[in-house]
Amino acid sequence: MGLAASQEDFAQALLHAERPMPAGITTARGQADAARFAVYRNNVHVGLTKALAQRFPVTEQLVGAAFFTAMARLYAQDNKPASPRIIDYGDDFPAFIAAFEPAAELAYLADVASLEAAWTRAYHAADAGLLDLSVLAAVAPDALPNLRLAAHPSAALIRSPHPVGSIWGAHQSATVPPMEAWDAETVLVVRPDMHVNVHIIPAQDGIFAQALFGGAPLGEAAEAAFAHEPAFDFGAALVGLHALGAFAGIHQGDVP
Amino acid sequence: MNRSTLALALAGSLATAVASTAFAAPLAPEKMAGNEKCYGVSLKGQNDCAAGAGTTCAGTSTMDYQGNAWKAVPKGTCVTMKGGMHMGSLTPIKG
Repeated sequence: MGLAASQEDFAQALLHAERPMPAGITTARGQADAARFAVYRNNVHVGLTKALAQRFPVTEQLVGAAFFTAMARLYAQDNKPASPRIIDYGDDFPAFIAAFEPAAELAYLADVASLEAAWTRAYHAADAGLLDLSVLAAVAPDALPNLRLAAHPSAALIRSPHPVGSIWGAHQSATVPPMEAWDAETVLVVRPDMHVNVHIIPAQDGIFAQALFGGAPLGEAAEAAFAHEPAFDFGAALVGLHALGAFAGIHQGDVP
Repeated sequence: MNRSTLALALAGSLATAVASTAFAAPLAPEKMAGNEKCYGVSLKGQNDCAAGAGTTCAGTSTMDYQGNAWKAVPKGTCVTMKGGMHMGSLTPIKG
C-alpha cells in the first residue's frame, strides 16, 4: 500500500469506529491493539467536541457541560470538518441543535448558537471600510430607491422569536443575571474595526437590513419593513445601521 | 405608494436623519462608540474569548466515543433562568 493510500486508510479508520483498524498498525510487540487505536479515535472526537465548546461557550453554559459534550459528540460523529481551518468547524451546529430532540425544550438554544457562530465569523471576516454617508445623502431622490448597499463582510443578523441578544448578553459576566423580559429580538453582529459588536435592533430595521444584505435595493427593502411596521423610519434605520458599521459601501455599478 | 412618492419619502426621511446626526462622514470607531447609544442596544461582550478554536490537542481519555448512550438532560443556566419565569417557553413569542 502506498503512503497516500495508507494515510487515507488510517484517517478513515480514525473517523469511523465501525471500520477495522488500518492494516499494518501494531504495537511494539507486533500485535494489532484495537483498544489503543480507540484512544486515537477518541482524541479526534474529543478535539472536535472541544473546538465546538470554544466556539459556543454560551450554548454550553445554557445546557451545562455534560449535555453539551454529549450533544457535540453526536454532531461530531456525523459532521467532520469540511475545511482544514478548525475555526470554521460548527457552522451548521446551530441547525443540528434546532433539530435535536433532547434540546427541544430550550426553543431559543439554536438561535443563541447562531449568534455565537456569527460572532466567530465576524471575528475572522475580512476587514473593510465603511459606507460614506455623505455620498448616500447626496444621491438624487429618484435614484435612491434603486441603490443597493454592500453589507460589511462581518455583518450578520439573527432574527429570533426569543430574546437571543439578552440571553447572550446575560452570559457575558461571571454570574448570569435573571432575565427581566421575554421578547422577540433581532440582533446585528458586526466588526467595524477590531472588536466584534453585538446589538439588539428594532425588528422592522432587521427586516430592512436583511433585505439589503440579501442584495435588495433601498426602495424594496424599505417597503418590506413598512409592510411589517407602518411606523418604520427609513432614515433613522439607515443612519443607525450605518453608524453601527453594517455597510461597507454602495454597490459597484450603483454609484451615481 | 408609487415610485416617485416612495423616492421622495425615502429621500426626505434620510435627509432628516442625516441632519439630526452630528457627523455625516464615515465615523471613526471612537465616535461610533458614542453614537451607538442613540440606536439599538449594544451588548457588552468579551472580545478576548470565544474567537473559536485555533488549536485543539486535548483529550487522552481511553474511553471509546461510541460507548456513550444518550442520557444527558440540560443542566446549565437554562434551569436557573427558568426560575419564576416562563424561560423554557415551548411556544415562541410572535416576533
